[in-house]
Amino acid sequence: MLPHIAKAAPRVATTRRGFLAGATGLVIATHLPGKSRAQAARVVTEDGTTQLAPNAFVRVAPDNTVTVLVKHIEIGQGANTGLPVLVAEEMDADWSQVRAEAAPEDVTLYKNLAFGIQGTGGSTGLSNSYMQMREAGAAARAMLVDAAGRRWGVPATEITVSKGVVSHERSGNSATFGELAEEAMESEIPVGVQLKDPADFTLVGTKVTRTDSAAKSTGQATFALDIYRDGMKTVALLHPPQFGATVVTVDDSAAMQVAGVRQVAQVPSGVAVIADNTFAALKGRDALSVEWDTSSAETRSSAQIAEAFRAQAQPGAGTQVEGNGNIDDALAGADRTFEAEYLFPYLAHASMEPLDGVIEVKDGEVDAWIGSQFPTADNQTIAGVLGVSPEQVRVHTMFAGGSFGRRATQGSHFAAELANVAKAGGDGAYKLMWTRENDMRGGYYRPLTVHKLRAGLDAEGNITGWDNLVVNQSIMMGTPMEAMAVQNGLDPTSYEGSNDLPYGFPAHRLSWARGEAGVPVLWWRSVGHTHTAYAVETFLDELLEAGGKDAVEGRLALMKDERPRDAAVLRRVAEMADWSGPGTGDTRFGVAYARSFGSYVAQIAEVEDRNGVPHVRRVWCAVDCGVAVTPDVIAAQMEGGIGYGLGHALYSQITLDDTGRVRESNFDTYRSLRLSEMPQIEVSIMDSTANPTGVGEPGLPPIAPAVANAWRSLTGVSRRDLPFVNRMS
Amino acid sequence: MSTTFTVNGREVTVDADPDTPLLWVLRDELGLTGTKFGCGIAACGACTVMLDGMSRRSCVTPLSTLDGARVETIEGVTGPEAEVVQAAWVDINVPQCGYCQSGQVMAATSLLQMIPKPTDEEIDNAMAGNICRCATYVRIRQAIRQASDNLEA
Repeated sequence: MLPHIAKAAPRVATTRRGFLAGATGLVIATHLPGKSRAQAARVVTEDGTTQLAPNAFVRVAPDNTVTVLVKHIEIGQGANTGLPVLVAEEMDADWSQVRAEAAPEDVTLYKNLAFGIQGTGGSTGLSNSYMQMREAGAAARAMLVDAAGRRWGVPATEITVSKGVVSHERSGNSATFGELAEEAMESEIPVGVQLKDPADFTLVGTKVTRTDSAAKSTGQATFALDIYRDGMKTVALLHPPQFGATVVTVDDSAAMQVAGVRQVAQVPSGVAVIADNTFAALKGRDALSVEWDTSSAETRSSAQIAEAFRAQAQPGAGTQVEGNGNIDDALAGADRTFEAEYLFPYLAHASMEPLDGVIEVKDGEVDAWIGSQFPTADNQTIAGVLGVSPEQVRVHTMFAGGSFGRRATQGSHFAAELANVAKAGGDGAYKLMWTRENDMRGGYYRPLTVHKLRAGLDAEGNITGWDNLVVNQSIMMGTPMEAMAVQNGLDPTSYEGSNDLPYGFPAHRLSWARGEAGVPVLWWRSVGHTHTAYAVETFLDELLEAGGKDAVEGRLALMKDERPRDAAVLRRVAEMADWSGPGTGDTRFGVAYARSFGSYVAQIAEVEDRNGVPHVRRVWCAVDCGVAVTPDVIAAQMEGGIGYGLGHALYSQITLDDTGRVRESNFDTYRSLRLSEMPQIEVSIMDSTANPTGVGEPGLPPIAPAVANAWRSLTGVSRRDLPFVNRMS
Repeated sequence: MSTTFTVNGREVTVDADPDTPLLWVLRDELGLTGTKFGCGIAACGACTVMLDGMSRRSCVTPLSTLDGARVETIEGVTGPEAEVVQAAWVDINVPQCGYCQSGQVMAATSLLQMIPKPTDEEIDNAMAGNICRCATYVRIRQAIRQASDNLEA
């Protein structure tokens, strides 16, 4: 630990004081390597107080606050609550004394143990931190107890801790964490501290107030957009109208006439307008006249791209991912066969805060404030563009106004653009703000995807063969992440959820064919599961009905013996909704199940027909995500996943016109779910002692197929293309 | 050209392009960053403020229309409705990413100022223009009901 904490020390000399107006301040270590162990457990924060620092994650101040440095970005998923709960649990802190702060950028200290870089994604935040945060909290507790033992002259084994108070019953002594903080700095930093038996948890599993609820309800939370630096310029970007188009000529004469516009600069991703304020930057951008070269651009429409992918979706095409039995024999020998082709559109993440960031460059030292999911990669990208070493770049992780995957990109394109703006503008501070139109038309979409499914039933209605071919662009291939993610020519993010099914079939085959298009694609909340769960769970539902089987009982009968947790959540949700089939009246019920990112989620939706559009009245949701560290956050993520998934299934798609230009530009054409369309939701969390798994994404996959299954019961229509309300067709 | 109006009870005089939307005046000129940019076309509600006591989208409200106006933002919104709304927001853990919540709080406060006991339909209608991409809608609804109950108590 010691050398790593000390790594931050040189930054004291170069730090820009008051770098983050209104924030509590970055923790800065003042000790150097080679000093005594006692000095290693001490940091001086920006406000000048000396705090106990048992490790990189916990600080205890004399004012009795406990600050947890959170290594994952808070994008709404609750990292700033879940990780501190684990620390507080092992410390036996009182929740009211706990604060959360974004950890500084330091890959050695703060890497995601699942990734190897500092980064957030794949619903790994809590799962990779579970033991690490507990150990951090337990170490802090041990040092405080040690200090109390020395102060009172009693053995540490006789000391108890509860709600932030350290006590020795026999002598009647007690002290708060804050009162003991200074003496605890002299304690040995413990190694291998005993953790609690989860059965003794008192805070884990209870409802806590999120550490960010108050700041976010009063406008005090600081996002990248809220950073204002002295002399800062604001920058608007004009991007090419088609993906892959490049600048031929720029006429900036009108733009430079706009009051407040200081510079128009060509950058690799487009044309930057650098201005004194936001309005001038936007007005200047509107006044630009740019000629584009589209010779290497994607100029097909999304309909043409879909046609090309459909043409690839022939039985036997693609590379086999997995299989058992002989699928051709199974289908040939079936009593009845079924076939379905599904089409899923490109989708934009459209987080509330469009991509933005602030960069400040002075004499080769760089600070960047970004809602970054991959600070390590963003640092390296910025350093590369500006020709400085990564040690000269500090990426400050901000609260981000949503992400849904968008702030984690394979090549850090936004950080690169931000750095290129600074490179063009010279030393100084720049805020780059994408408008909604930049964001909506900026690519990095959920891939347009075609599924071809075929199945056979025997005379008793049992499924004898299941053949699934997926065609879409690869998210990973051709990116810096290819080597890490792609094996045997297969990109699992393209078909995850169609493989490793909980259901067993006598014959089964999954294949993937890579579709090619010049549209940048990216993981989008629950990634492959966004389409695989829909294809699998709606097709299966039709087969079960055709075979005369109940949608819940039929699924349970197909579930493999080695998948008890899958079956348990399905049973639980059926109990919650008092399931007795889809029903017969004006409202119908649909069920769907999906495991994603290690968590098991089953949902039942109650749906009615409102003017030809599904209206979802209620949703029941059962989730097994291992130990439920913060149940209220888990419930919130299920609710949010359901709302996000439902809104897109009903209304959203990104389409390209017949010149390859994105039609949708803002929330008027890319319709969001509204409050009046949000169902009532009941969430049940399974009791579990298994290590916790993610909840940011797994709430999403089952909702669209559950709704579609109810809709089919209601209308007789199987929706094989999304969204339900398709203004382009 | 300068325009004089009040923001959170304080008189301000702003000298800027008269077409500048109030949103950017608040943020760039006055340092009030609680009001957020989401769409720029009054389609999402993230920039909601009170203008002369009524909720208003600041991203499409030009500076030139503000002479003598009374503006309240999330930083300065006060009164019993704002208090019960913000307390319920925290109690129920409404925010996720939080970016839209300034606008949601302003819209909910405005609703309760006009209708202290709103029906579900009135809540749906009043909040229809405020998008939350995290879909915190279940809790927004619940928090407005709780705030309404506490307003009465």
